[in-house]
Amino acid sequence: MEYYREELFPFVSLTALQTDKFKSGCLSATLLTQLDRETAAEYAVLPYVLRRGTTSLPDMRAFSARLDGLYGAVIEPRVRKLGEIQGLGFISRFSEDRYLPGNPGVLEEVIRLTADLWLSPNTRGGLFQSAYVDSERQKLLERLAAMRNDRQGWALRRLVENMCAFEPYAVSAYGSEEEAEAIHYVKLTKDYRTLLASSPMEFFYCGSQPGPRVADMLREALMLLPRGEIDLELGTDVRLNAVEAQPRFFSEEMNLTQGNLAVGFRLGECMEDPDEAAIRVFNGLYGEDLNSKLFLNVREKQSLCYDVISSVDILKGIMTVYAGIDLDKYQPALDEILHQLDLIREGEITEEELTAVRNFTAAKLRSVPDDCLALERFYLRQTVQGLDASPLEMAALAESVTRDRLVEIARGVETDAVFFLKGEDEE
Amino acid sequence: MTRLDYPALGEVIFDSVLPNGLRIITVRKKGFRKAFAMYATRYGGADRRFQLDGEWIDTPWGVAHYLEHKLFDMPEDNNALADLSARGADPNAFTSNGMTAYHVTCTDDFYENLRSLLTFVSTPYFTPESVAKEQGIIGQEILMGENAPGYVAYFELMKALYAHHPVRDNEAGTLESIAQITPEILYHCHKVFYHPSNMVLVCVCDADPEQIAAIAGEVLPSEPGAVPVRDYGEPETPFPLERRVEKAMAVSAPLAYMGIKLTPAKDGKALLRQQLTAELALDYLIGPSSALYAELYDKGLLGRDFGTDVDSSAGTLTVLLGGESKDPDAVMAALTDRVGLIARRGIDPASFERCRRAGYGRALDRLDRFYSYACMLSQGAFDGWGVGDLFELLKEITPEEAADFLCEAVTPDRLALSVVRPER
Repeated sequence: MEYYREELFPFVSLTALQTDKFKSGCLSATLLTQLDRETAAEYAVLPYVLRRGTTSLPDMRAFSARLDGLYGAVIEPRVRKLGEIQGLGFISRFSEDRYLPGNPGVLEEVIRLTADLWLSPNTRGGLFQSAYVDSERQKLLERLAAMRNDRQGWALRRLVENMCAFEPYAVSAYGSEEEAEAIHYVKLTKDYRTLLASSPMEFFYCGSQPGPRVADMLREALMLLPRGEIDLELGTDVRLNAVEAQPRFFSEEMNLTQGNLAVGFRLGECMEDPDEAAIRVFNGLYGEDLNSKLFLNVREKQSLCYDVISSVDILKGIMTVYAGIDLDKYQPALDEILHQLDLIREGEITEEELTAVRNFTAAKLRSVPDDCLALERFYLRQTVQGLDASPLEMAALAESVTRDRLVEIARGVETDAVFFLKGEDEE
Repeated sequence: MTRLDYPALGEVIFDSVLPNGLRIITVRKKGFRKAFAMYATRYGGADRRFQLDGEWIDTPWGVAHYLEHKLFDMPEDNNALADLSARGADPNAFTSNGMTAYHVTCTDDFYENLRSLLTFVSTPYFTPESVAKEQGIIGQEILMGENAPGYVAYFELMKALYAHHPVRDNEAGTLESIAQITPEILYHCHKVFYHPSNMVLVCVCDADPEQIAAIAGEVLPSEPGAVPVRDYGEPETPFPLERRVEKAMAVSAPLAYMGIKLTPAKDGKALLRQQLTAELALDYLIGPSSALYAELYDKGLLGRDFGTDVDSSAGTLTVLLGGESKDPDAVMAALTDRVGLIARRGIDPASFERCRRAGYGRALDRLDRFYSYACMLSQGAFDGWGVGDLFELLKEITPEEAADFLCEAVTPDRLALSVVRPER
């Protein structure tokens, strides 16, 4: 797999991986901007509005028909949160020409369509079509409201909103309903132009074509990309400590028969100079791996839950734990979750556990190069951190993480907040 | 062992049947470090009543899924999940109404991991304590489903469609039904359904197919076993039991699933043809490039979560459509209206060709996704078709076949609607 990186325009870069092993290639185009409560919803709607139509393919139906003709190529809006940076754009999957009749040139078309989405939206009098904006505002509101329907996601969302109430991190990638209500086509058009000219952009390609060739095609397709003063202040504020000396407790009622417990931690001192491989291994040991403390004890030994998992956002230095539990098992589940972290702090890690979690973490990283979309996520997060380690390099690092290092990480971790999505009171 | 070459797809597949009756399908993926193995039995949640030595046996609701959880336990306090993951492998399993599949993903020691997978699945070890312990875990899994709107809407729909076929029930059972499960029942069902003659091994990896077959031959029983006869009840009519069902839950907007019961063909390729025809026809009718999708999207009646599926499971074939909608009945009416229009005007050949191309690209994409690929090959092995048939049929199916399917099946008397609506 050939790695290639090039700056196409000022602060517009391409990461390209050339490989012959996939049937489908992948291309993503992500504009990076600071995640902010005031703008998140409006910016989040932008890729969806752009995807409604271009000057040459003026509505969704025409655009989709074009993609069907390209053997079901997919170009979808993608809005994501990378720490306190909001990533806005499109991700595309498309068949490699060599598996299609008549060498149809799908990649060239996908690049052109992606560039058109950014640069040539279907406008009237220089403004976005108000009908498109109104319709996508409504869809965004529905999407925001629907977050409650995924109970696990909602518990974690509400945990983060409460835990990071005074940090931009509390804002979801799609913003909030209040801000979404105010989206208006005139302001959106204006903000789109500013955003496009002032934001860094990241392109990612994985497929059979050489990086320099993809770079040439992108440069040509994006010739008219406006470049003004670029916002170079992008970044994430990492808070090392819990907000208060004691964990804060939050809860909410919903008409449910299962309780959803979410616990939030600050990773603490290890975030001063984050060693991503070690933090990944720590997370595996605590609650991600099938040999993890949480899986083996909260689930297998105590039968308190079916789902229990920890995850880390290294960009922000936050760890969360989720467990779906009986409504009346809140206290035993929480106690056990915290107890297992204490055990790591006390150095209770057997040689078998250490080997298992290092193997597990390394294997997960080593399988990243066999999945286009996993590569896309991996490299975008690396880029945002200003790093360029490959998954294989990180796997090698994970294999050499020591017990002492894991204990040290655990000792720095602080419990910050607990959120419980519980059933409604029967009375 | 048969080697099947698909040069147009860049795929090489090795297919064999061991003397014990085990079918082994290996997709040779050159250049991949990731390796995937799936060992699946044609035994799922719907197989609750079956015949053994001339006698009919009834088992509690939820045994297949319970067995899936407990098979990971090994004698001497060992657990296959822990053992495999300690080597860096990622083991998991799922139970549907038609099959139970155990799988492992890894980047190293593939043969050793394959050996472990085959060993634990063919080694039943249950104690009253270990079986009792699982009730809490599976109980939480059942509650998770009961609180998930999509899961509820789906099974409410299946209950509306099917009058008695057990696919109408979820595969996990209820807190009450799983309380009846004992080690004896688990041992018995393992004996009946986990014989290699009733199973398939699918490997997607850069490994030697001969060695895979040799390992399976060493680990598994050498004699073929009897494939049990299952009782799913009287044949279903093509019409739903109920046309419309509704349930209130904590949701933000109504969630609407629509479904149609089809009569599956007996022959594997004919069944696949039925399935693909329905998929292409649905894409033509209400896929993202259809006029109907655009119209309903503009009216705010459906969104990007709207999807369609055609599912073959335990001798049933079901069409599914759905997503969130503020007016599910309007979507349903629009669907059948549009089919009326197609009945009068026919299908536009150019649009149909585009749907066919899109279907081809989607099928191709699946060959990169090991898990999804292996699921497809396992289902194909049980239903009687292979990956070559899939790409051949995608070229053959005609617009007329699609039109016939729509006019015959997507009609008001065949469709059922299941709505999960917000609580008042």
